[in-house]
Amino acid sequence: MHTEGSVGVVTPQTFVCERDTVLASGQRLAGYSMVYETYGTLAPGADNAVLICHALSGDHHAAGYHDDDDRKPGWWDNAIGPGKAIDTNRWFVVCPNNLGGCSGSTGPASPNPATGKPFGRDFPLVTVEDWVNSQAALAEHLGIARWAAVIGGSLGGMQALDWAIRKPEQVGKAVVVAAAPRLSTQNIAFNEIARQAIRSDPDFHDGHYLEHGTLPRRGLKLARMLGHITYLSGEGMRDKFGRELREGKLSFNFDVEFQVESYLRYQGESFVDRFDANTYLLMTKALDYFDPAARTEGDLRAALAPATARFFVAAFSSDWRFAPERSRELVSALMANGQRVSYAEIESDHGHDGFLMPIAPYHRMLRDFLEGPA
Amino acid sequence: MSTLRADLALISDWVAPEARLLDLGCGDGALLAHLADTRQVTGYGLEIDPDSVVACVARGVNVIQQDIDAGLAPFSDGSFDQVVMTQALQAVHGPDHVLREMVRVGREAIVTFPNFGHWRVRKRLALDGRMPVSDALPHAWYNTPNIHLCTVRDFEALCADLGIRVRERIMVNHHHRRGALMQALPNLLGEIAVYRLGRDA
Repeated sequence: MHTEGSVGVVTPQTFVCERDTVLASGQRLAGYSMVYETYGTLAPGADNAVLICHALSGDHHAAGYHDDDDRKPGWWDNAIGPGKAIDTNRWFVVCPNNLGGCSGSTGPASPNPATGKPFGRDFPLVTVEDWVNSQAALAEHLGIARWAAVIGGSLGGMQALDWAIRKPEQVGKAVVVAAAPRLSTQNIAFNEIARQAIRSDPDFHDGHYLEHGTLPRRGLKLARMLGHITYLSGEGMRDKFGRELREGKLSFNFDVEFQVESYLRYQGESFVDRFDANTYLLMTKALDYFDPAARTEGDLRAALAPATARFFVAAFSSDWRFAPERSRELVSALMANGQRVSYAEIESDHGHDGFLMPIAPYHRMLRDFLEGPA
Repeated sequence: MSTLRADLALISDWVAPEARLLDLGCGDGALLAHLADTRQVTGYGLEIDPDSVVACVARGVNVIQQDIDAGLAPFSDGSFDQVVMTQALQAVHGPDHVLREMVRVGREAIVTFPNFGHWRVRKRLALDGRMPVSDALPHAWYNTPNIHLCTVRDFEALCADLGIRVRERIMVNHHHRRGALMQALPNLLGEIAVYRLGRDA
């Protein structure tokens, strides 16, 4: 039943790190587990490993299906598979669910060993650096001394960037898509509204909603609706929904009238069923905190200087949440350092979501860049 | 790399081993790939056309999708040994601005362009009263990307105005072959001008 070019049915695996782990915040985790998937085969020299870093709402299920009746494949199935841009005949692809996630890795919904109850808001805030460190622990566990490439879009791109900066000897190529060297003020502002929506929901219970047997559904739904708008472009929304009315006429009430309202409500509601509010809060904080240049007095060039990877940076023309200018900041700093980088600005009306779309030149460049000289 | 365009082969002779190069309007990256293979040259190509950017990535050339007219602001003074621009001067919005930027970020600039002073161009305009179309200038007036055509004299006058020194000039025909007569009467007989430029001392 699965389409050609699919990795087929995949089974998530779990890596357990028993080490006491000190996080960027100074807080500790007494060990953790990380769920991950792999596609393809690790070569005897372990030189064909590719790490996929997921974005805010992603997880370890990047490609394939979990069983034969699965309706939807993984979130980046259009790019990962035999013969696809990230060709699993060639590459051994690893995609973990980040720490603090809600798809199986240790996170706010996991039991706190100290209390036996879910962590809830007691789960420490983790950063991009913490994720990269835990991904490095996973790499060690898998016997991968060096990634042929680390790839990520959006928040995933920030992880790829952090890998290249802090663990240069372990990264052959870095693919940084629809990302930024740090969030803009406007971006942090959007994140704050999303957090306020969640935290002001009466069912939030200061993050301990699981203990109260509730979920801050309304807040998380609002957060997702807001986020979703910012991931699309104005033109994209106009082309998709226009001002189309569901009933064909105005009904002068606050029920769903315009098609776009119906779409947003659906997006929000279906998200609530699969995502944890505390994880959403934590992910937006990780986005806000990421700023490698903060370690070099705001000097992005200096921050990037240690990186030795060959970079491919891509942005999408209609992405205003992570606009092409932000990618160009990164590219300019890399060029000023004389580092190896290519940059493509891909024409698309999908907004920020462009990084998940099977846009032909984008996928072609991804494939060629991975195949190209080390 | 057996089929390098003739003008690119000409330019290659001017590039020192291990030079740091910036190629403005680098097309499919043929020059940079050739120079990386043969002279261990490093650097970047700037290109605006999406298909060409895809081709560069496939060759493993460092390519940056960018409009040359947007300037070379990210690059600091003298950060490249050479800045090359082949057959693109006539297509940019601000040739004077681009030339100034080239000699700012490069210690040397290499520029090629079709010479609008060539006798066939003059004849077509003077005798036929029509806009010139030739092998070096293949487009019709209404669909040409060439918005700032100039002659050898025009170009050298601009260089003088900008304080740019002409270090070397080679005139070639549209097959990129040189001839003694072309060098003697460059503005009349040369179809394509190839320049090596630097800042005034």
